[in-house]
Order: sequence, then structure tokens, then C-alpha cells
Amino acid sequence: MTKPEEEVVRRQRERAKIMAWLLGAFVVLLFFITMAKTGMNW
Amino acid sequence: MPAMDMTNPAAFPADWRDFLALTKPRVMSLVVFSGLAGLLAAPEMPPLVLGFTAILCIALGAGACGALNQWYEADIDAKMRRTAKRPLPDGRMDRQAALHFGVGLGFFSVLLMGLATNWLAAALLAVSILFYVLIYTVWLKPRTPQNIVIGGAAGAFPPLIGWVAATGHVATLPVLLFAIVFLWTPPHFWALSLFVRSDYAAAGIPMLPVVAGIENTRRQIFYYSLPMAAAAVAPWPLGLAGAIYGVCAAILSFVFVALAARVLTNRAAEPAGMGPEKHLFAFSVFYLFALFTVLVADRWLA
Repeated sequence: MTKPEEEVVRRQRERAKIMAWLLGAFVVLLFFITMAKTGMNW
Repeated sequence: MPAMDMTNPAAFPADWRDFLALTKPRVMSLVVFSGLAGLLAAPEMPPLVLGFTAILCIALGAGACGALNQWYEADIDAKMRRTAKRPLPDGRMDRQAALHFGVGLGFFSVLLMGLATNWLAAALLAVSILFYVLIYTVWLKPRTPQNIVIGGAAGAFPPLIGWVAATGHVATLPVLLFAIVFLWTPPHFWALSLFVRSDYAAAGIPMLPVVAGIENTRRQIFYYSLPMAAAAVAPWPLGLAGAIYGVCAAILSFVFVALAARVLTNRAAEPAGMGPEKHLFAFSVFYLFALFTVLVADRWLA
């Protein structure tokens, strides 16, 4: 791989990792929102 | 698949840090703070996770505004020293990526706000985003020196949205908070625009100092600081806040008006002699933080 191609792959990997974390956080947030909206306090 | 143009940085997938920069995190911090103050000043508290989500949505909405503002003003930003290093004018990001990011973030924030809190808060968030992007950025900013006055309304929404997210309805106090930020915006931005006016002139933005002159701008800064001070103190005599807030708001507003008076009497025409303007600008940021902190403290300590 040439240097620019390596840079493209590095950026894609970083963005994919961040998207994965954000999606995971969103799922957790939705879980707790559902708990709060349905009045299930624990 | 077409070959990628490796000599053009915008042809690369943008770095995630550039997406973050697109949201104007420093502006977002003030928006988040004022939204949080509106939420915490409300008489009823939503469950913690819903309050957190409301503030998150306000932050994401502000981020959408920042991204769409930078998408629309990329050409203007390239002409100003202060903004030339942003991701779009610097060529680190494709314009369409910024547009998609901004629109996506805006829709997501409104939808999540509606689902998590209530649709009145979501509608206010949608109005504030549309107001900032369409009324301020696209329509007023390039056309009139009063752009900051009307555009200030967009920045004044967060405390109102925070309150409505918590209570589900509008009341007098959050409307006053809206008025405070609305009236605070012109002195705050005009103080800045006085000592960076050559930047605005170079970019062709009709900011007040560029169009109406320095002395006129100094007068307007002082005139706006008076109703702002009145709006800031008003919750106390109206019985909407206690003495802790009232006394602190009176002291802070007095200092603000005194600094605005120093700006009024300053005769310097070059940025080097604009100490009073720089002091007012710096104090104005502290003023809003302090005022809202005291409001929340008053509500929780009373």
C-alpha cells in the first residue's frame, strides 16, 4: 500500500471505531430512556 | 471504481476530529450550559436520563447549526484569519460531507428530543435550528448589520428548550431567560466585531462596525446593555427568583453596564487601543455563565 492509501485506511478505521462506540452508546441510552418512560425505576 | 485523487486532501475520508470541529465545540459549551440552566431552574425535574438526553439533544442541535453554518459560509470563512483554518476552507473536508453531517445531526437531535422528552421541546429545538441556519446564516447575516440582533434569538432558545423539556410548557421565567440571552448577544458580538472588524470587512460581512462605524457600534453596545441588565434583574422583583439571584444579577449587570460605558467613551480606532472592548467581550462570557449559575443555585438553595 502507498502512503496515501495507508492514510485512507487509517482514517476509515478510526471513523468505524468511533461510529461503533457511538452506536453502542445510543443503544444503551435508548434502553435507559425506555426504562424511564415506562416508569420502571430500579 | 474511479481512482482517488491523492493530491487533494478533501478527496480523503475526513478525519473524525474535523467532524467534531464542524460542531463548534466552544460555542456548544455555552449553549449546553444555558440549556442545562433552563432545565435545572424548572420547578419539576425529569428523570436523570431524560434530563441528560434533553441536554444531549440541545448539544447535537447546536452542533448541527455549527456544521450547517460552516457548510454555507465556507467561502466567507476562507477570507477571514480567524476562520481560515476550519476544516472546509482549509480543504480537509468535502462540502457535501459537512452538509450531510449537519442535516443528519439536526434531524436526529429533534427526533430524539421528541421521543425522550416532549414534542413541544422538540418543536422549539427544530425552530431554533431552522432559525439559525435559514433566518440568520442564509438570510440576515450577509444582508444587514442588524444580523446579530435577530440572529441572537437562535442562541436564546436553549434555556427555554431546557425548561420546556423538563416541564412540558412555557412559563414567564424561561421567556425572561430567552430575553436575557437575546439582549446579551448584540453587545457580546459587537464588542468582538469591533476589534476584528478588518476580518469582517475583508469577507464582505456587513457587521455593524463595518457598515455604521465604530462610534455608532459603541453607542449601540451601551444601549443594548441597559435593557439586558433590566431583563437580568427582572426575575427577582417579579418573584420568579430569590434574593441570592437578585443581588448577584444586579452586581453582575452593573459591572456589565460599567464596562459598556467604558466602551462608549473609548475613542481608539485600532484594535491595539481597544482594551475596553476586549474586557467587555471577555466579561460578557463570564456574565452569562455566572448569571445562570446563580439562578440555578438560587432555585436549589431556596
